[in-house]
Amino acid sequence: MSSFDNRHERAASSSADARRRFIGRGLGLAGAAASLPFASRAAAPAGAVERPVADDPAKVPGYPLDDESYGARSQFETEVRQRYKTATPLSSWTFTPLQESLGIVTPSGLFFERSHAGTAVIDPRRHTLFVHGLVARPRKYTMRDVKRFPSISRLLFLECSGNGLTEWSKPTLPTVQGTHGLTSTAEWTGVPLATILKEVGVRSNARWLLAEGGDGAAMTRSIPIEKAMKDCILAYGQNGEALRPEQGYPLRLLVPGFEGNMNIKWLRRLEISDAPFMTREETSKYTDIRPDGKAVQFSFEMEAKSVITSPSGGMQLEQPGFHEITGLAWSGRGTIRRVDVSVDGGGTWREAALQQPVLPICHTRFRLPWQWDGKAAAVLQSRCVDDTGYVQPTLGQIIALRGLNGPLGSIYHLNAIQSWQVANDGRVSNVHHY
Amino acid sequence: MSTTTERRASVAAAAVAVLLAACAGAPGSGERSLMSDNVDAAGTPAYGFGQPASDAELARFYSSLPDGRDLPKGSGTVTQGKAIYEAQCVACHGDNLQGGLGDRLIGGRGTLVNGDPAKAPVKTVESYWPYATTLFDYIKRAMPLTAPDTLSDDEVYALCAYILSRAYVIRPDATIDAKALAAVRMPNRDGFISDVRPEKFPPVSQTPHRTSTIPPPK
Repeated sequence: MSSFDNRHERAASSSADARRRFIGRGLGLAGAAASLPFASRAAAPAGAVERPVADDPAKVPGYPLDDESYGARSQFETEVRQRYKTATPLSSWTFTPLQESLGIVTPSGLFFERSHAGTAVIDPRRHTLFVHGLVARPRKYTMRDVKRFPSISRLLFLECSGNGLTEWSKPTLPTVQGTHGLTSTAEWTGVPLATILKEVGVRSNARWLLAEGGDGAAMTRSIPIEKAMKDCILAYGQNGEALRPEQGYPLRLLVPGFEGNMNIKWLRRLEISDAPFMTREETSKYTDIRPDGKAVQFSFEMEAKSVITSPSGGMQLEQPGFHEITGLAWSGRGTIRRVDVSVDGGGTWREAALQQPVLPICHTRFRLPWQWDGKAAAVLQSRCVDDTGYVQPTLGQIIALRGLNGPLGSIYHLNAIQSWQVANDGRVSNVHHY
Repeated sequence: MSTTTERRASVAAAAVAVLLAACAGAPGSGERSLMSDNVDAAGTPAYGFGQPASDAELARFYSSLPDGRDLPKGSGTVTQGKAIYEAQCVACHGDNLQGGLGDRLIGGRGTLVNGDPAKAPVKTVESYWPYATTLFDYIKRAMPLTAPDTLSDDEVYALCAYILSRAYVIRPDATIDAKALAAVRMPNRDGFISDVRPEKFPPVSQTPHRTSTIPPPK
């Protein structure tokens, strides 16, 4: 289970430094790099292009602007999504590197992935959305049709309900990327689902809507019709451009605040019905067994949760003194109202500052200044409250009601308070402390 | 309740309505007269983008409900299913349906009530899946992993028969079709409850505690 490969921050940055020094000495001028474009690209981190670095960048021109370009990140930035080593990379997931996250938006290239049959490659000119079932007018829409409707944009988090599944019984994955990296936030653009449901004329006996993906898994989930009419979005845009392929290009469903897997990617069909379809993903998966053997089904909302992203597991505080404690909080039921931070394992709490604007069903950044004395170990925790009054529970509180039911008995919807221990040598580790 | 036939009939009615409305030069009025009062939003669409979806186009999609509605025609036997399983499924799900790269399919009854902190409940088609119709639906659309949506309806019915037979849910001489599949009562049919959240948690003082802090370096 614990094959997630954590790259230690310091080791990574020191090897990157070595590479930069080498490149800087060996290829001091832009012209020299241009003669070796292939070799230099091979050395660049994912998403970057390796460029020569002058001793004093103010004394040489930089590289010229391309006539046409897409852009790349700095060659000095190395954070990447990390895949959990499931048996096959066709049904797998990758974690967002939350330890380096800034603000509330997740870059599209670092947005977490969960796919059940790989990433489908779909030509938007050949993609069709069918809407049928208990409707007056079954219809089909090309992507051009979909984009003709009035559009909206909204910042929303998405979280896999399996986020943290390794952490129930004991601290397992060493970094916040592994423990919490299946949540991300983007600005999504698309058409309110209600617009299209009104177009087709939903019958009065409609109760559920089946959303189906056009990938190899033909991923399907049943969604209550009230939710479908309320705030769901047929999204084709992400962070100001088209969806990334792994996020469902050219069209995905957004079901704000609900389990990530219900936000069907590569959306090709909506069928309206009077009953839930009881698909595999809402019966044998994404359900949780209670101590009495009964399994809870249709656990839609992702409940209020927070985590400190820095300092967090795998980091090293270099010296005593000022450190900013920062992290993310979110709730599928509404808006984060308050985040408290403890540095003594929950003994005492201080209220953190929330980055404005605080949006419903969206990552909320919190920050708190901290003076680390460098002597005693500290246990850092965050605890959020949303506008329903729900207080993020301890793991003990969750276990008291749901049980542990052995390894992987409880899998989904772990939203407990996370603990990071800062040892007296500054090393930060994932611990249980509840 | 709406059967496939009724749904398809409503498609035809809608098409007629559109024609009538076009003839009358009054968009939507024909629909209201033909559609019964169980239509909420049968008036003129605000935008009218897209095209009508025809029966023929929709025929390739079927998502069955637990009562068997929309299951396709066709059938298969346990014996046929065994041969298909050995050709198509065995590599991932194992000789004895014990799982491997793919999920374990049989066994595990009685493991769902689990007090053992070292053992996980064994969740299989036999022990956990509440509806047999889900088996057809999932195999048809998503299996085999490397060639999904390539098995015929008869082949999928046969695989359902084989797996359910190996799970001791149906007899080894059974034939499975739409009606028979919907009639299967799975062992864990009553094993699911609806979401009970938000939960009212007990005070922290009355809950389990654990500290797994790491000792300071020497």
